Amino acid sequence: MAARVSLFVTCLVDQLFPSVGLAMADTLERLGYDVDFPEAQTCCGQPAFNSGYRDEARTVARHFLRVFRDADYIVAPSGSCTAMVTHHFEELFHKEPEFLDLARRIAPRVHEFSQFLLDVAQVDDLGARWDGVVTFHDSCHALRELKVREGPRRLLAKVRGLTLREMDAAEECCGFGGTFAVKFEDVSGAMARTKIESIVRTGAEAVVGVDSSCLMQIGGALSRAGIPVKTVHIAEVLASR
Amino acid sequence: MSVVVPGKIHETLFDGKLQLAIYSSTGRLMDKRKTAVDSDVLPDYQELREQARLIKKHTLENLDWYLEQLESNVQAHGGKVVWCRDGGEVVDFLAGLAKEKQARLIVKSKSMTTEEIDLNERLEHHGMDAVETDLGEYIIQLAHERPYHIVAPALHKTRYDVADIFSRHLGIAGETVPENQTKIARGVLREKFLGADIGVSGANFLVADSGAIVLVENEGNARLTTTLPKIHVAVAGIEKLIPRAQDLAVFLKLLGRSATGQPLTVYTSMLSGPRRGSEIDGPDEFYVVLLDNGRSRLLADREKRESLYCIRCGACLNTCPVYRKIGGHSYPWVYSGPIGAIITPQYLGTTKDPWLPFASSLCGACAEVCPVKIDIPKLLLMLRSEVTRAKQREGQGRLEKLGFRLWAWMMQHPKLYEIAGMMASAVMPDAEDGWIRRVPAPMNQGPLRGWMSQRDLPPLPAKSFRQMWRTRKRQVPG
Amino acid sequence: MSRDHILHKVRTALGRSAGQAAAEPPAARLRVPEADIESRVRSLFRAVEALAGKTHRAASREDACRYAVSLLDGKAAVASNAAFLAECGIGSLAGVRSGFHDRDELKAACAAAALGITSADYALADTGTLVMISSAEEARMVSLLPPVHLAIMPKERILTGLDELLTLLPLPSEVSSSMVLITGPSRTADIEQILVRGVHGPGEIHVVVV
Repeated sequence: MAARVSLFVTCLVDQLFPSVGLAMADTLERLGYDVDFPEAQTCCGQPAFNSGYRDEARTVARHFLRVFRDADYIVAPSGSCTAMVTHHFEELFHKEPEFLDLARRIAPRVHEFSQFLLDVAQVDDLGARWDGVVTFHDSCHALRELKVREGPRRLLAKVRGLTLREMDAAEECCGFGGTFAVKFEDVSGAMARTKIESIVRTGAEAVVGVDSSCLMQIGGALSRAGIPVKTVHIAEVLASR
Repeated sequence: MSVVVPGKIHETLFDGKLQLAIYSSTGRLMDKRKTAVDSDVLPDYQELREQARLIKKHTLENLDWYLEQLESNVQAHGGKVVWCRDGGEVVDFLAGLAKEKQARLIVKSKSMTTEEIDLNERLEHHGMDAVETDLGEYIIQLAHERPYHIVAPALHKTRYDVADIFSRHLGIAGETVPENQTKIARGVLREKFLGADIGVSGANFLVADSGAIVLVENEGNARLTTTLPKIHVAVAGIEKLIPRAQDLAVFLKLLGRSATGQPLTVYTSMLSGPRRGSEIDGPDEFYVVLLDNGRSRLLADREKRESLYCIRCGACLNTCPVYRKIGGHSYPWVYSGPIGAIITPQYLGTTKDPWLPFASSLCGACAEVCPVKIDIPKLLLMLRSEVTRAKQREGQGRLEKLGFRLWAWMMQHPKLYEIAGMMASAVMPDAEDGWIRRVPAPMNQGPLRGWMSQRDLPPLPAKSFRQMWRTRKRQVPG
Repeated sequence: MSRDHILHKVRTALGRSAGQAAAEPPAARLRVPEADIESRVRSLFRAVEALAGKTHRAASREDACRYAVSLLDGKAAVASNAAFLAECGIGSLAGVRSGFHDRDELKAACAAAALGITSADYALADTGTLVMISSAEEARMVSLLPPVHLAIMPKERILTGLDELLTLLPLPSEVSSSMVLITGPSRTADIEQILVRGVHGPGEIHVVVV
């Protein structure tokens, strides 16, 4: 019996970057997992939590826990959404024993995609091919909360035809920060421009990341500046043949 | 900015020269710190951080005991302790002391605590001349400005700015070479040191078992301030306490490295009272002013108490991508950067600058470099929650609250969520070559307007993931 | 009274009562490495030189004295009352004034001197630090006011680092009102992060180990 993986695609990927979710599913199936998509899923509640609306965040988080309560592995193409569940649900439910308990039981089953591949599936070579020079952006939540740093680089190293060139400001925030991007748009934009300047200095054709939110921020800034560098989620690179 | 913020933010963002000054100075400090805490150079860095955190936690949890122990030991060594509830009491004490001793000239070494209480300005009103002697503080004092950074007060000033300031305030025109500017300051200030009646310093640490203050610096002005004048007054917040002199082995290893990448700053002074017995020099009188000014209130908040662990190294400022764009003067209080963002609302009230806890992308770089492991992002999130609740109590922010309630309700109903997604996809303009550059004027409102002002929008796909999943073919293993 | 007010607020904040003892603090963390004297000297010199300080290994007390003479070069100097300096014959050198016990006289002499000569109570090898403890033998101003500071010390006083110092001397405040750790020449980077030496303290430092 193949092990079962439930996709937690995240609202952003669901609505704006579906190809990322599909690429993730393709890769997991090729590895032999039985992949399902619990249709009732929507969001992890992070937007409300980050905006200071904890009651509303709890409402959405409870829905998440109910949807995924029986899942074995829950895999997400996002560091920030994964970290929301694994690092912040406890704080949210510290006064609700039933959901606190559920959150504690479910959290260990939730994995960011690159970490799932390396730590659970224990593979680093997906047989992928991507010809070209890319650079890598370290998404903040993935980097600092989930300690995702060497992992994606190991995976990219096995991609045939791919050359990875590091940018100098790889670990600097791209400026997305959820509602920060639209509440403090001038500062957010300035941070994005610093990031894309760093990207351009590498001469890479594409920038790879583990979070679509960052890629949307960076891609939007690149496009606005008329710079023809692509943004690609690591799931898409690893599914590429 | 979509949120109401100080105009200074916008002004700073569009000042190219200032942006360069901030970015390069903080960048250099960041690099120096990184080298100094590298695992080859300081293999037990993480262990030291944890130890520092535990010591601070313990000390604050038993603060009354340590305050009394400090007082007892200061007195045993011939010094005096002055307890001040707020800045007003500090000024009253100093004014009274100056009057009693007929002191006119006060020299000061760098102290953010004295900045916090506007000491210099208030002393001026009492007719006292208080001269800053740290080069950066001296420059901004002449310019009548607030410090730009906790450790580097004149970070925003170029050599040309300094030349201009010296020209206008010292009558020395046209000197733009930093080495010569420093010589000028040295000469002017040397006279002040030699003639000062009272030396006022801060304190990096208050050592309970020793009745001592510890001062770290690179220039020598703190040593001169605390050695030459006959009276030394050290002003420090009550949170500066550490239990034992031996704990300096932990804290001194972290402070210099975190602040400027130095294993030790040039001078570290441990001072415990007026000169004794056969000692030839040093002050005749020694006062430790213990300042509350709201610290006891922060202490009472268990969840945010760790804000008081701060040893004022400035590492969080150097690493913060937001500080590096908006600069020190965009913050409402003397403490800027991430530490400023968490303590300002606590000291001055959450509703005074409601935007402040939100001016962060929550990247977490600050928490990563904090030598005492303050979880700044966690505290920012708590403060955000407090701000929204305060707003609701005051009947403000109704629209946003309603928006999130609606959103939360929708997120419990997948079908509605799917329909909303389809509707958004239908009304968005098509993207010609990938990304959307412009949206129609009626749509260009609120968050969308905020987004579009800085970057393009990705094209909305014809079908969402969940729609595509329904007709997707499974992949075979291998 | 503010004292009572503040202590009351602190106790209320912590749920503690007056006279309540403190909990046990975390154990003090001191790690003292093994190192023989020669390696300490090497380490000290390396660290001092990295900070643009000058170093000299003196074969004898006379040799140390000769170094001082070369620095003096006809200039005015003040020397502290350290016994070790006396052993090196510093006090009797031309241009060197020492034996001060009056604060104001010492201040005037130091303010006019081109060179300040002291010994050092200890040195810290890992950081290139001189440990100066104020006493009748060592006044604070001598290593502070003149633009050049020369320290002459015996090698036996070199410790591995701060941890060893605090192990040997857990309560410096019992011994003196002032202990200053001097690590290199005075410096600032306050203007455009450009390094400038000799701001307020000595811009030049010499460490001679016998």
